[in-house]
Amino acid sequence: MSSYKKRYDGRKFDEMRPIKAQVGVIPNADGSARFSFGNTKAIAAVYGPKQLHPQHMQIPDKGLLRCNYTMMSFSVTERIKPGPSRRSQEISKVTEWALSSIVDLERFPSAVIDVHIMIEQADASTRCAGINAAVMALVQAGIPMKEMASSVSIGKCDETIVTDVSKEEEDYEDGEGATDMPFTILSNTKRISHLQLDGKVSQEKFSEAIKAAMKATEKIHEIQVKALKNIGEVIEA
Amino acid sequence: MVKDKNERTVVVPGEVVSDDASKLPGDNTYKDNGKIIANRFGVVEDMGKIVKIVPISGVYEPRRGNNVLGIVTDVTFNGWLLDVDCSASGFLSLMDYPRFVNKNDLEEHLRIGDVVYAKIMGVKKKGIDVTMKQRGLVKVEGGILIRVNPQKIPRVIGKEGSMIMAIRNMTGCRIIAGQNGLVSIRGDDKDLELLTVKAIRFVEANALTSGLTERVSEMLTEELKKLGKKPQIVPQEESFGEAEESSENKNEEVEE
Repeated sequence: MSSYKKRYDGRKFDEMRPIKAQVGVIPNADGSARFSFGNTKAIAAVYGPKQLHPQHMQIPDKGLLRCNYTMMSFSVTERIKPGPSRRSQEISKVTEWALSSIVDLERFPSAVIDVHIMIEQADASTRCAGINAAVMALVQAGIPMKEMASSVSIGKCDETIVTDVSKEEEDYEDGEGATDMPFTILSNTKRISHLQLDGKVSQEKFSEAIKAAMKATEKIHEIQVKALKNIGEVIEA
Repeated sequence: MVKDKNERTVVVPGEVVSDDASKLPGDNTYKDNGKIIANRFGVVEDMGKIVKIVPISGVYEPRRGNNVLGIVTDVTFNGWLLDVDCSASGFLSLMDYPRFVNKNDLEEHLRIGDVVYAKIMGVKKKGIDVTMKQRGLVKVEGGILIRVNPQKIPRVIGKEGSMIMAIRNMTGCRIIAGQNGLVSIRGDDKDLELLTVKAIRFVEANALTSGLTERVSEMLTEELKKLGKKPQIVPQEESFGEAEESSENKNEEVEE
């Protein structure tokens, strides 16, 4: 029997924190969006496709997707040093991989699409919020893509699978402890374009987690679409 | 306007545009399992047999035959490199310059930072070839250069240049709208030039509404009154070929 019987914030185990989404928050960018899971707030801006410099980075037969994930120095209680860190570089790369499977990069030979993601406030699942914002920004920027993607983190506190992990759950220590699995799932084909695992999980629990992720991303996708169809409006759910 | 709203359905990538198996996927769509699915963010245009998506945002995609405004970024031994505000750079060869140019004196004609109105001759993997050998294609001197959402340019130009003519007849400024989203505005008076910028921004912001030409005229009449100026009717002297691009034909041409 799992020791985690009730969630810290009173949510159901398969319930996400309140979501907010808004498209078109940065007028100068080609596409931009803001996405938040409760207290985790991310903002994304897309520039391009544009010419890539230095030239040696250009790929002659397809475009390059460059993601840049940064946490603002005030996004956590203990000020974090601005600038790239080991962690932010890893997340940038992971985001890039998660998104490059949906973007039609063949359409822009030797060009670059820049995606900037900033975390305004961090309370776990920042990479998921960042990816969700980035997808909306990419769509608004008119980048051709086969389908959209939505991201959610599924956690395991002791033996209980929880959707959309919060900071307290991430630090859960009783029993088996905490496991965090961020998923990015494509909207049509339901394929997984990004999956990470921090902790331990059994096969059964893992398939349970995939099911939870599928269910949650479907809902996130709905909100993303709604925000895109009502540019400028804050969509809450 | 209500009718207008109904006709325009905004779709996101991955959304099913039509599940009619007899229809063919047009621009920015693809077919999967007998369904036509959007490949890009935009409004659906059902043209009977073909369904396509007209993008409402995004950077300029160069096409052959488009007239664009370019900024000279480099002078090479056989031509000029242009920034045409898209993912590739433009190249204007000496041969495509309307006048004889001495090989040693390219800078006599165009220097870095100069703006030219040119036509795209070809889009290749590495860059765009442009020409200035055609009537109306000129070096743009003076005035203001602004950047407009390239997807809204057809609306700024209007049907057969009607919008541009309407604005020009009020403010007296000469307007060149490049299909890449750069717009040059030249007038005798700074206030009138700024008013023209305002009018173009107004068109850009309200591109999806109807009856725009009248509303722009109304707005300009009011603003001119505030400035204490009369509408500056311009005689039909040099029309810079802006009129030739009718908005509807913009996406007709199919590349290669």
